[in-house]
Amino acid sequence: MAAATPILELRGLNVAFGGLKAVDGLDMHIEEKEIVSLIGPNGAGKTTVLNLITGVATPDSGDILLGGESVLGLAPHKINQKGIARTFQSLRLFLNMTVKENVMAAQYGHTRATIVEQMLQLPRARREEREINAFAEEKLGFFGERLMGYRWNQPAYSLSYANRRRLEIARATATRPRLLLLDEPAAGMNPVETHEIAELIGKLRDEGGYTILLIEHDMHVVETISDRVVALDHGVKIAEGTFEQVATDPRVVEAYLGTKAAATK
Amino acid sequence: MSEDAPTPGEESGSTSPQIGIDEWVKRSGERIAGPGGVFGGAVRVAGRTPRILLLAVFIGFACVLPLLTSNGYVIGVDADTLLYVLLAIGLNVAVGWAGLLDLGYIVYYGFGAYLYAELSSAHYNLHWPTWQSVPVVVAFTVLLGFVLALPSRRLRGDYLAIVTLFFLQMFNNFTTNGYTLDWFGAPTESGLTGGPTGINNVDPFRVFGHALTNSPTDYVWAAAAGITVVAILFTFVNRSRTGRAWRALREDPLAAEAMGIPVKWLMLLAVAVGAGVAGYAGAVNGAYYQGVFPDTFMFPLLITIYAMVILGGAGSLGGVIFGAVTVNVLLEVLRTPAHARWIFYAALLIGLLAKLRPWRVLAAVLGGLVAFGVAANQIAGAISAKAVAGPIAVGPTAYTKHGFFATLVRHWMILPGGTYTNADYKPGNYAFVATIALVLALTLVKGWKRWALLVPTLWLAAFAWETDLVNQAPTVRPLFLGVILIVLMVMRPAGLFGQSRVEVV
Repeated sequence: MAAATPILELRGLNVAFGGLKAVDGLDMHIEEKEIVSLIGPNGAGKTTVLNLITGVATPDSGDILLGGESVLGLAPHKINQKGIARTFQSLRLFLNMTVKENVMAAQYGHTRATIVEQMLQLPRARREEREINAFAEEKLGFFGERLMGYRWNQPAYSLSYANRRRLEIARATATRPRLLLLDEPAAGMNPVETHEIAELIGKLRDEGGYTILLIEHDMHVVETISDRVVALDHGVKIAEGTFEQVATDPRVVEAYLGTKAAATK
Repeated sequence: MSEDAPTPGEESGSTSPQIGIDEWVKRSGERIAGPGGVFGGAVRVAGRTPRILLLAVFIGFACVLPLLTSNGYVIGVDADTLLYVLLAIGLNVAVGWAGLLDLGYIVYYGFGAYLYAELSSAHYNLHWPTWQSVPVVVAFTVLLGFVLALPSRRLRGDYLAIVTLFFLQMFNNFTTNGYTLDWFGAPTESGLTGGPTGINNVDPFRVFGHALTNSPTDYVWAAAAGITVVAILFTFVNRSRTGRAWRALREDPLAAEAMGIPVKWLMLLAVAVGAGVAGYAGAVNGAYYQGVFPDTFMFPLLITIYAMVILGGAGSLGGVIFGAVTVNVLLEVLRTPAHARWIFYAALLIGLLAKLRPWRVLAAVLGGLVAFGVAANQIAGAISAKAVAGPIAVGPTAYTKHGFFATLVRHWMILPGGTYTNADYKPGNYAFVATIALVLALTLVKGWKRWALLVPTLWLAAFAWETDLVNQAPTVRPLFLGVILIVLMVMRPAGLFGQSRVEVV
């Protein structure tokens, strides 16, 4: 597991929104092919960390290194093209586009045909179109029969909630990332689907070869799949290690249940 | 597996039975088609026909029309309509595909017209041939699109609208007051833009040594050629990576950017590509009218083109073409009172047929309307013969002679004698205000009271129409446009051929 340079490294990351320190001196690293879970109570700054990594928000200080190279200050689409893709906690699909279009649109950064080539349907535009079409079908095939066949041409809004979550993951993987950031992929799912998502995340790493940073509230999911767990509270890293180490850490218990609970139980 | 089971929690937005999630999915097609009826049927028929065939029929008809008739007015309307079609197609790129509320669009149309006029006229004595001036005009309009979109590239929605509207006002000021600018050695008396009187004696297009002086027929063909090329090229773009990225930008700019789509660049591109089309339309306009005038490129034109795009369905290429043709032809027909009357009563009847259910209510309202009118006519006639002696308007001036339909209206309507002979429009004006009051009252009552109140409201509207509005085309045309759009927004917000969009399920 010990690669020379970690795929992602956060160094002393700070960001404040007005008087609120959302992320406070966060150091963190993710190794190649690792599944790291980021946990913490509501408002701990987990999603803010994701926003900082993907360039949606800019840190006040600190550095973000992707494979040893700083991505600080790059536009979100540039960061995505460098190999970081994300899903959103509150689903953000292109609702009125078809399932397949959603996945094809995400490959914009991997096609080069200019608008003139598209207007005249020159060879490069047609070839790229065939390629991303096949690639989209392959990525949708990752979810078994769920997003296959007749669903390709249905608008994304007609999908069930669980399928929308799957489509968001498919869309993220279609940008051909090395690092996948999943923001609460099991939120709102029933136990069967939650279990399925946990298996899927493992499969994404083993078969897809992605490194995964996961934000998750469902501790069963975190327990099953995480190689390492990082706990945040008020933007500060309070614990790091295996699930057992973090789950029994008194500071984590305190963050979730309060001081009194930590003292008495 | 799990999603076929009736699990609570899944499909949280829907209240329908959960057993058939697949059925719910299957029905998505119907929901896209929206309500059935007249519009739904037309949409389905249009949807089954190959697009290229529809385009060929439309372009073919528009091109053959000048050969079928020698009526210069009809051919002029044909040419104008095709220009509107070009403009609507161009506006659709930014508004329909990329979802940008660009209110500065007319600037590109005006800029294209003015640039063509500068390059090919006696103004600078340049007289560039068409094959040189038109490509330069299009290229520079695209460039202007980039330049004007650049400062507002981060803006969306209302903010973008305000900034782009500012550009339109600035352009109007510039063209109107441009006679004070003697740039590039412009003649001192007319300056750069010719001021309020514009630039005259603009060259007609010259193609292969042949000057297109047979206006407007030749410009029907010039515009039709432009539409054909643009419609085909844009169809390809819409199916390719750029079209998909535009739609992604419209749906969710933040998610699009997170998926590697450079949204700011795509926004510039959408504005610039649309601007190129407007630039070509502007050059055709300049050559067609052999002059450019600042009053052409102002706010009312923008509203008209937006109305076309919204009516046809923003985002649908065929839809905006249909919208442009419908709106422009309708506005032309409204110029002549005898024709406008047909539209007024037809629209009224179609509205009632579409909206009144069950048929008993429809029959009662229609019957009541006829009875109410005839009774009013008889009573008013019994009180004073003058009250129903008024002439009926059938043309630019009022005549006493009239057709069959007008005769029917005469026996149904009170027509005060002084209306057209003494230009006494007071009764009509009062009736207009009263109609608005009654329409507002209609929204406050429910059930049978509403149907009962509908009868006098409609009759009063017809009264206002016959005694005043029918003869006032300049007032009625925007009014009519407004009514059409309001009715459409209530019945079919996505436009006639637009795909209904879902914001949040």
